[in-house]
Amino acid sequence: MSAHAGGYSADPRIRPVEWLPWIVAIAAFFALPEYLSLGARILIFILYALSLDLIVGYAGIITLGHSAYFGLGAYVAGILAAKVGVTDPMVQLAAAAAAGAFLGLTTGAIILRTKALTLLMLTLAITSVLLEIANKATNLTGGADGLSGVVVAPILSLFKFDLFGKTAYVYCLIVLFLGWWFVRRLIYSPFGTSLTGVRENSLRMHAVGAPVYWRLVLVYTISATIAGVAGGLITQTNQFVGLNVLSFESAGELLVMLILGGVGRIYGAFVGPVVFLIAQDLLAKQFPEYWYFGIGVMLVLVVMFARGGILGILDRILARLRRTA
Amino acid sequence: METFLASIVSVAFHGSALGMILYVISVGLSVTMGLMGFVNLAHGVFAMAGGYILTTAISRFGVPFPLALVLAFVFVAAGSVLLERFLYSRLYAASDLEQVLFTIGLIFIAVAVARFIYGTLQHPVVLPEYLKGQFPLLGRDFPTYRVFIIVFSAAMVALLWFGVERTRWGAMVRAAVDNRAMAQSVGINTKRLFTLTFALGSGLAGLGGGLGAEIIAIQPTYPFENLVYFLVVVAVGGLGSLRGPFVAALLIGIADTACKYWLPQYGAFPIYVATIGILLWRPAGLFGRHA
Repeated sequence: MSAHAGGYSADPRIRPVEWLPWIVAIAAFFALPEYLSLGARILIFILYALSLDLIVGYAGIITLGHSAYFGLGAYVAGILAAKVGVTDPMVQLAAAAAAGAFLGLTTGAIILRTKALTLLMLTLAITSVLLEIANKATNLTGGADGLSGVVVAPILSLFKFDLFGKTAYVYCLIVLFLGWWFVRRLIYSPFGTSLTGVRENSLRMHAVGAPVYWRLVLVYTISATIAGVAGGLITQTNQFVGLNVLSFESAGELLVMLILGGVGRIYGAFVGPVVFLIAQDLLAKQFPEYWYFGIGVMLVLVVMFARGGILGILDRILARLRRTA
Repeated sequence: METFLASIVSVAFHGSALGMILYVISVGLSVTMGLMGFVNLAHGVFAMAGGYILTTAISRFGVPFPLALVLAFVFVAAGSVLLERFLYSRLYAASDLEQVLFTIGLIFIAVAVARFIYGTLQHPVVLPEYLKGQFPLLGRDFPTYRVFIIVFSAAMVALLWFGVERTRWGAMVRAAVDNRAMAQSVGINTKRLFTLTFALGSGLAGLGGGLGAEIIAIQPTYPFENLVYFLVVVAVGGLGSLRGPFVAALLIGIADTACKYWLPQYGAFPIYVATIGILLWRPAGLFGRHA
């Protein structure tokens, strides 16, 4: 995990290549109008993966329970829309963010005192608790049938969510852009550098006087907030919430996306969901057995041979080209 | 009063059966994690494989039940040796994250393979006649098969404890768990020791999966759905210990059964909350030594 963007040595200015994802996203809007709902889903998962990258890739906190914050955001937005009658998308999103932040702060403050297996176990247990609540509180969440009847009013009372997903796509793109900008700023800040320090050697960070625990709690809360926003977005674009937003499989799949793209390098969180979700759209429905088999084999191969994911492989190819040139 | 007493006895009995199964499955995980510090989330795969081997051997090939149990143990242990030599052993020095990802990958593969071969339906166990029916004990009737599970598992546990506490192999395992570098430097071949121990732990998981197929249903999503239970046993019990997971497994088995009996509306919620509470109170588990 040596190669990563950020740190004091890195130039914080945005390099030209960093505009590439945005150009692609805008081009996709015009070129592929029939795939915009898939596109919106991809954008949401990029935001979600970005939040995971912040804690797994930069702070080195291994979690199997990140879907807790995503799922909470999804259910808070959904319950507001379907049961309380709050239809304004901005209010729903703010509530999802606040819920994610609150749960992230309270659970983070508790579980980050532990480490390794205990930490892993606690993240899993917290998600299981939420899943059990969502499953049993049927009058609020719809239980196993899911929560339908989610009403989302036009954004700023101007842009209505249309059938083709145009509004949803642009809306998700804007939220993702804001999320990316924030995460990028964070990573290139001294705070981001201190996170990398904790990941690489937390004992030494203690020794230089860094408040390791509070740094971790803070980044965990930020990450949970962003995951909550991503959850709110998925509710608004699907206008439905199912139990699967909280499942262990979905947390696992998110990890897969991030690993596939490359951990601890921001843009891994962009590449992974694009490749994963497009492949899923093409293959998963026709060949479910092969699909899961493929994910498994890919994970094993990435861990064995391609640490750093797709972007890691690209890095190595570029480095070789430069050497020969 | 009598009905209340009956329900307490019933919960304790069925809870013990579940706890025993959980222990037989999870004890190998505790040793693997304690010995090599390897985060093996794919341990449930071995239990699932044992379950499928047992049910297939009985229903398709007409193998008698006791022999099918032996086959479940042997095949799973042998398969795990291959996995350990070719895959796991390359990742002992890798980070926790990589081990977690690798073993999640194994789960995905196993789930796909199981679904491909057996479909998505549950695989029921066909029990022999002598294990069906009720077993009278102290004026009450208990299902014979559950009695068998408890007695058989208890025998396995006793054998395992004897092996670890009283034999040379056990002494080497304990030494390696305590201090691997030191064990290695006094001439213990920790690599071979680990392969053996891994095989034994996986074989026991296979045995537990087969034995408990009636309690924990064998289906392709088994390793995902029961992962939390196996991990809870190990985390609450304490890594690298034999007694800790035993107490934890019984606690969880009985608590889970009690919750399902008296508080079905809460599902597994109380178990998870209790787990969180215990881990916060004692992060290294009830009997763990390292904080």
